[in-house]
Amino acid sequence: MPPAALSVHLSIGQAYAWSVFKPPLESALHLDGTQSALPFQLAIVMLGLSAAFGGTFVERNGPRWAMTVALICFSSGFLISALGAQTQQFWLIVLGYGFVGGIGLGIGYISPVSTLIKWFPDRPGMATGIAIMGFGGGALIASPWSAQMLDSFGTGHSGIALAFLVHGLAYAVFMSLGVFLVRVPRTAKPVADAPSAFEGVQVSARSAVRTPQFWCLWIVLCMNVTAGIGILEKAAPMITDFFADTSTPVSVSAAAGFVALLSAANMAGRIGWSSASDLIGRKNIYRVYLGVGALMYLLIALFGDTAKPLFVLCALVILSFYGGGFATIPAYLKDLFGTYQVGAIHGRLLTAWSTAGVLGPLIVNWIADRQESAGKHGSSLYTLSFSIMIGLLVVGFIANEFVRPVNARHHHVPAPREAADAQRQQPA
Amino acid sequence: MPSDSSPPDRRGLIVLSWVWVGAPLVYGVYQLVQKATQLFTG
Repeated sequence: MPPAALSVHLSIGQAYAWSVFKPPLESALHLDGTQSALPFQLAIVMLGLSAAFGGTFVERNGPRWAMTVALICFSSGFLISALGAQTQQFWLIVLGYGFVGGIGLGIGYISPVSTLIKWFPDRPGMATGIAIMGFGGGALIASPWSAQMLDSFGTGHSGIALAFLVHGLAYAVFMSLGVFLVRVPRTAKPVADAPSAFEGVQVSARSAVRTPQFWCLWIVLCMNVTAGIGILEKAAPMITDFFADTSTPVSVSAAAGFVALLSAANMAGRIGWSSASDLIGRKNIYRVYLGVGALMYLLIALFGDTAKPLFVLCALVILSFYGGGFATIPAYLKDLFGTYQVGAIHGRLLTAWSTAGVLGPLIVNWIADRQESAGKHGSSLYTLSFSIMIGLLVVGFIANEFVRPVNARHHHVPAPREAADAQRQQPA
Repeated sequence: MPSDSSPPDRRGLIVLSWVWVGAPLVYGVYQLVQKATQLFTG
């Protein structure tokens, strides 16, 4: 099951490498930076929407159906984009990669989550950490691979079209492993003495969104992601600005190395911290993400420009918490709402990601621009936004403290036939 | 995977599937390490 999940997440994680296509598209189709970002932005919006609204269908039809839909949408998104690039119709690229491909992202992102939790009921954090680590790892593969492809095919519209075509076909083949391998466990426990996936509290997606626990976790995820994106989105100019006036300025290539290290921390945090949550508990691990994260921001704000290792270390810890927050949330949802519709609940919670995706960059970029206009420079461009991030993390910390077990009136009592269906699942 | 009868030997499939997803990931991590070292050398 983990390779099946990884094959999907490593593919759809390509979304984070969209920036590779931006400069060639801008020169080939005469676009500006805002326009060339449109396919990616629409894809992220569609990710949140399709995860939120498609979660129930994923639960109803099973992971193989979901992975098939993800494969078809994600791959055909590239194929439509290839047509758009070849005919120089940018709207086709927006429609293909952004709209159709974005649906593939959302359905693909949630497709293995509840199944993994059912396979590993005793280690849900580790199980979902593996898959969601794949989403972080997808960009590591796609970024150099896409760049090499564009070098070979050329950066004209025909070269881009060919690159999109190869991406669509290659990802279809790669994701087919997931469709082929994915299985929902039968009722027997996969591990001796492990708790059954179908025991304990079960809450439907419809009921879950009516509980304060869901909205507390929504705030927790939104604040944690906002804090991480705040650094991730502006990492290269940020480290350059921080040390511009010092005796050890950061070069362009060193800043690129910093961005790469952040990606590694993001990916490692997804599997590392999420697995740790199985040992120390979900509430405690979010106390670490949010509490220690705020402390790291404080250290950067106070002493970041005095020592490069301190700045880098704090940023890496924050990004590892960012990844960990993403990967641990499905297990937190499972603890609170059970496995009954955890995929659908997870999908609805991902709207917090879409919100944070707008909020984080907005805070950092807008404040940095305003500070620059006011004549400030260096690390002082970011002091205010870091203070806001600390405040947001504290809000998330408080929301986490309000998370309590779900009231029994929200618990789902399955009808006899429904219970039998749930137990039967989908044998191979 | 649990089964009523003796389970089929899936070791080959498991190895193949891990290689399938592991090989591109190793490639990505290798590229990342090369880039990340620029922070200390660049």
